[in-house]
Amino acid sequence: MTFEIDTLLPRFRRLIPAVDECSLRIVAETAEFTAVRQDVAMPLMRVIDHGAMISIRDADGLGYAATADLSDAGLRAALDRARDWARLSKRRSVLSDAILKLPIAKGRYRSSTTKPFNWAMADRIDVLMKESQACKIDARVVDWQASLTTQHIQSALMTADSLATGDYVLQETDITIPALHVTAYEGGVTQTRSWGGRDNGFCQQGGYDVLERAGFIGSGQLAAQEALQLLAAPNCPSGKFDLLLMPDQLMLQIHESIGHPLELDRILGDERNYAGTSFVTLDMFGSYQYGSPLLNVTYDPTQATELATFAYDDEGMQAQRQYIIQNGILLQPLGGMQSNRRAQQMGYAFDAVATSRACAWNRPPIDRMSNLNVEPGTATLDEMIASIEDGLLMKTNASWSIDDSRNKFQFGCEWGQRIRNGKLAEIVRNPNYRGISKTFWRSLAMVGNASTFEVMGTPYCGKGEPNQAIWVGHASPACKFTGIDVFGAER
Amino acid sequence: MKDYFFELVDFALSQLTGTEVLLLKFDGEASDFVRFNHGRVRQPLSVTQRYLALTLIQDQRQQCVTFSLTGNKAADCELLTQQLGMMRHQLPNLPIDPYLLYATDGCDSDQVRRGVLPTADQAIGDIVNQAGGLDLVGILSSGPIYRGFANSLGQCNWHEVDAFLFDWSIYQVADKAIKMSYSGTHWDRLQLRSRIESARTQLPYLEKAAINIEPGEYPAYLSAAAVNELLGLLNWSGFSAKEQHTQQSVLQALVNKERTLSPHITLRENTQLGLAPAFDSVGFVKPDRITLIDAGQHASSLISPRTAKEYGLQANGANESETTQSLELLPGKLDSTNLLEQLDEGIYVSNLHYLNFSDRTACRMTGLTRFATFWVEQGKIVAPLNVMRFDDSLYRMLGSHLMGLTRETEWLLSSVTYGQRSVRSSRVPGALLSKLRLTL
Repeated sequence: MTFEIDTLLPRFRRLIPAVDECSLRIVAETAEFTAVRQDVAMPLMRVIDHGAMISIRDADGLGYAATADLSDAGLRAALDRARDWARLSKRRSVLSDAILKLPIAKGRYRSSTTKPFNWAMADRIDVLMKESQACKIDARVVDWQASLTTQHIQSALMTADSLATGDYVLQETDITIPALHVTAYEGGVTQTRSWGGRDNGFCQQGGYDVLERAGFIGSGQLAAQEALQLLAAPNCPSGKFDLLLMPDQLMLQIHESIGHPLELDRILGDERNYAGTSFVTLDMFGSYQYGSPLLNVTYDPTQATELATFAYDDEGMQAQRQYIIQNGILLQPLGGMQSNRRAQQMGYAFDAVATSRACAWNRPPIDRMSNLNVEPGTATLDEMIASIEDGLLMKTNASWSIDDSRNKFQFGCEWGQRIRNGKLAEIVRNPNYRGISKTFWRSLAMVGNASTFEVMGTPYCGKGEPNQAIWVGHASPACKFTGIDVFGAER
Repeated sequence: MKDYFFELVDFALSQLTGTEVLLLKFDGEASDFVRFNHGRVRQPLSVTQRYLALTLIQDQRQQCVTFSLTGNKAADCELLTQQLGMMRHQLPNLPIDPYLLYATDGCDSDQVRRGVLPTADQAIGDIVNQAGGLDLVGILSSGPIYRGFANSLGQCNWHEVDAFLFDWSIYQVADKAIKMSYSGTHWDRLQLRSRIESARTQLPYLEKAAINIEPGEYPAYLSAAAVNELLGLLNWSGFSAKEQHTQQSVLQALVNKERTLSPHITLRENTQLGLAPAFDSVGFVKPDRITLIDAGQHASSLISPRTAKEYGLQANGANESETTQSLELLPGKLDSTNLLEQLDEGIYVSNLHYLNFSDRTACRMTGLTRFATFWVEQGKIVAPLNVMRFDDSLYRMLGSHLMGLTRETEWLLSSVTYGQRSVRSSRVPGALLSKLRLTL
């Protein structure tokens, strides 16, 4: 599905009303879902979604209208509706002192997909079937599924001002989301092992190359073997331990306890009724010791394969790599131009981050975390394990919960392994840990080097009213934390 | 929308050849969303969206495609023809689906619930005016919601409801707020004013300095909204027949009769009470009620057509994910007017937040208090409580530690709007617990 940009531009230019700001964002998306459960192909599903979002600002009045009808009549109706909202919200808007002039943006972006998924659907099923058939290695394996989702998203953003000069932003993104999980059961105990977590952590931009990087081929048998190992494993112990977190758990730790609390719209209160607020306040930027001096966090749209890599956000701001936390000090929030302008009006000056995004054509842009990464350090995995006298390694997120200020958290993992006297020891099942974001990252004691670094992500970051689930990337090395509260299950 | 959907149905059916079977599902809405912060407008938005899902079936093979409709018949028919052609071309190369099942008994339905919804002017004007001086944050979602189904065997179903939901909180300080909602089919400015005034009168309870308590076990009253959060988490595999057959349900111990909940707990999927349509995505009609838990014991499960075929069961109108759409927890006998006295000393929880499982086998849940939670002594509110994490098993919370449920229930419409406005709802009472385990 594509849109006819060459004919749309002049048509939209003719329809633009006399207002201070008017923009058009068009999105055309095709997604295909294939799955094999217990060696049976599930129904193939394809979704084709396209439409446009009109946004209008007149003085401090703001209005949006979304339509899938891109004819002149459809666009005109949406323009009228957005203009009505702008008129009605004038002098009643939260933006009254924070009027934003959108930039004139011109640029192109295309995912650097090396092996496009231009396969027949039957070929996709074959790949999944092979992994599925490798899962049933034991009678205790009771359920298993392999799946593959691919998305192609084309979006264009144009403002009244940019159209006057013939400029606009056009971006095309390929996303591939492989997933696999195996469940084993014996004697009242159920254990599930997944490839990259049940939230599909191995999702990236690209095509078949994503499966290659994730090591998807062969994952079925390995996951089944590990599910059986977990069945036979003892319960995770309780107590204070040193904790070595692998990237497929750290991505959730970064997401929940760094990403969300630093979203500027949360700090400004927009999300308090739904996703929540933040323990971070505007006065903390520039001085707050968020983590140990080993903690370096970047907003990084330059990782070519990471899920939320792009050239421009949905307000038309050009994306650039920026430090969010450097040497443990909190530097700046994750706020797009509009939120940044609001913070400025309150007396706080930050650099805006190009991370104001909408999940689809029918939702307006809000502050997201996009690609938010922990930068690699210097330690090898062996060095980190060797440094732990009595601790645990945990990997692959299984459970997540955090308070509305993004402070008190609790996470569970699929896989735990004791570390004794500097060596990996027995596997443990149902490992959980909890802590407080405000201080947790100060217990960061070692940061893995590039050999431990993995690019991961999630397609399901949810927030916003109306709700928006969007894709975000999190890359990180393995990291060691000291003195963490760990516990297991009831049996 | 109804006429448009059935015009497309007629067109699509005219395109079929031979023994092809076609299922058509329609999801649409014309929604106004007005987002508020600090009692002012943050983002006002209108969305008109229509999605048509086609499932083409032949020789026990199937393929599905869902696409957004423009509302322009010529353009939509062209896309429909194109997609039908693609599916027809691919279908012979796909494997046979042994678990394919769809309705063949042609049970038609037509339900339209008209309402009086706020105009754009009212949506902004009424709320901003009533919120004067208050730190109000939230969203109004309003407009008609449409669901349709048809198939090439002649079945036609339509469900249309005018509905609004104003979901909002009023903040007193930091993370302390009164959370409320106003939902229905007929917008009434006086009702809105009454609810906002009610919240305004509760704000003084949040003025006192919040206190902290040590982790441990405390008597607790959970409001209907908090109970709804616990029950909502059970939709993560709890009632699903497929998950139960593969030993993955979080209620597996209940299903296997190893554990029980309190005899006070009777849970139903009650389609008659909710906003959700009475037909599923492949045309099966839902029964009026399905008792899932009866007096603390497992009674039945939610069974999708696919699961029914796979495990030799009778489908009962459940969606593919086998989750509740119109959940009802039957009320108890506690008098809501003197709950604080009955609690005596402990915590009053108005809302819970961000629940997940910390031990699925034990149905142990974790989550946090949110908005307004109070410490109570001698039957009186002492002070707001700072956020606390609970981590406790459902078999204790709604089992051995459940003292009773309130006589009164609340009807809670889901505020979820991912992709589209939800029609999920629940009717639940509050719950008094002898102990709730707090861990952080």
